[in-house]
Amino acid sequence: MNNFLDVGRIKNDFPIFKKRMRNGSRLVYLDSGATTQKPLSVIEAEGNFYKEINGAVHRGSHLLAEAASEAFENSRELVAEFIGAPSQEVIFTKSATESLNLLAYSIGNTKNVLSNGDEILVTEMEHHANLIPWQELARRTGAHLRWIPVNSQGRLDYEKLNELLNFKTKIVAITAQSNVLGTLPDLNPVIKLAREFGALVFVDGCQAIPHQPTDVLKLGVDAYVFSAHKMLGPTGVGVLWAKSELLNRLEPFLFGGSMIESVTMERSTWAPIPRKFESGVPNMAGVIAFGAAIRYLKSIGMEKIDAHLDELTTYTLGRLSEVSALELFGPKDNSARGGVFSFSLAGIHPHDVGQLLDQHGIAVRTGHHCAWPLMKKFGLTGTTRASLYLYNDKDDIDALVFGLNETKKYFKV
Amino acid sequence: MEIDGLYQEVILDHYRNPKHKNLLTNFSIKVHHVNPSCGDEQDLAIRVTKNSISEIGWDGVGCSISQASTSMLSELVTGATITQAFELIDEFSQMILSKGSNQGDEEVLGDAVALNGVSKFPARVKCALLGWMALKDALTQLRER
Repeated sequence: MNNFLDVGRIKNDFPIFKKRMRNGSRLVYLDSGATTQKPLSVIEAEGNFYKEINGAVHRGSHLLAEAASEAFENSRELVAEFIGAPSQEVIFTKSATESLNLLAYSIGNTKNVLSNGDEILVTEMEHHANLIPWQELARRTGAHLRWIPVNSQGRLDYEKLNELLNFKTKIVAITAQSNVLGTLPDLNPVIKLAREFGALVFVDGCQAIPHQPTDVLKLGVDAYVFSAHKMLGPTGVGVLWAKSELLNRLEPFLFGGSMIESVTMERSTWAPIPRKFESGVPNMAGVIAFGAAIRYLKSIGMEKIDAHLDELTTYTLGRLSEVSALELFGPKDNSARGGVFSFSLAGIHPHDVGQLLDQHGIAVRTGHHCAWPLMKKFGLTGTTRASLYLYNDKDDIDALVFGLNETKKYFKV
Repeated sequence: MEIDGLYQEVILDHYRNPKHKNLLTNFSIKVHHVNPSCGDEQDLAIRVTKNSISEIGWDGVGCSISQASTSMLSELVTGATITQAFELIDEFSQMILSKGSNQGDEEVLGDAVALNGVSKFPARVKCALLGWMALKDALTQLRER
């Protein structure tokens, strides 16, 4: 008995797997870390919104607006339940990037959260989206940006924590899973120490939440952001979850329609959360389709998805270790890591590896993965990255290994 | 395979044995170009004597396409006048951006016509242009001096 899901059945739910790739090959999709494929139920939910209930949410008195508002708020409930939080703490944005910028700008707009000389702590393995907003906030406020270094095994150097975290630290922003190395950092010591110093803790959950059962209240952080399109949902929808007390305290980021309580020509006051942070007509079809994605994930079960990916990760590590001249970056054993594999192959440039794999219908990501400082740390300009999700199986990994060996043959190395 | 149109043998030859891949110590101008989508970086320097490129040298990390393309470019423009070099860059850019409709003139572009297959792979167009855009930048800066 193993923990694998019935991938054959799952693949049937995703229309794209019926498509033929270059040279007539089947699709071996190993780029879910960039974006996942969508089940038919999500695609239909997005289309059905426009066919059946298209109306502007939270405005208007007609049937369509009512139906749209109800479906939209239902998605908020689903997301809230999915992460174990009250629904008014769930803010919809257009991306996880926007969620992090919202936090950074709102903090900058609010008095006495971050001042000149204070410190923001990140890690060296952050995606640019969880690095640059803090760099820029530090620049605007006169705060200092510090970071927890990454060691050669792709793990955080926790021994440095004690010297990096202090009473000046006001914000700790950390990923729950590296999008490059797959590392799952141990958040507990970071959160514990941050709590002692009274720092806010924000988690970038983009790569972790698609497979990890997540309870943000148990985790004990102040904010957690993620992106719909990396967990079967549509593009153009991000989530910011943050504690009410923080959201209530922060000034808004985007100003305009629907985020107000009252407006005069001189000044305005803000609606209660979550609306205070949701200015403008939102991506209604996207948010509603995201609800369908969450329903799909729940129908499979997050524990089962996690177990499936864990077992497939073990298999992948084994198979990749058999490929000669392949160097894997990051954790080489399956402990505290997710299904993301960055590697170099026989000195062949990642772009060339990706191109050759594409000839066999194998989709991977190549380049710096929006984590330029981490690349430099490993002395690289880029890697080839394969990332897994619930619709992948051993056959996909075998296809990857075959493709990598063919690539070496093609370039005669 | 479809891909053989992209990786022609002459391209792989240039990739394995790139020409002029050493930086000049004595140059008229040196530029540094980056392809932000993949992180590749390239330095390129030229020495200009009497309005002609008397020497070109470059270094950097990149894929087979960008390395081969810069190697071919270096052979092609050595000895060319600045005006000719601008024309060659235009000619090459038109071929690369043609989506397959312009096969390039071997009389004009030499080995670099082998890169015409790139125009059918939009994701690789930037790779093929990296060195050429660096040279264009260098020549433009020189002209503005």
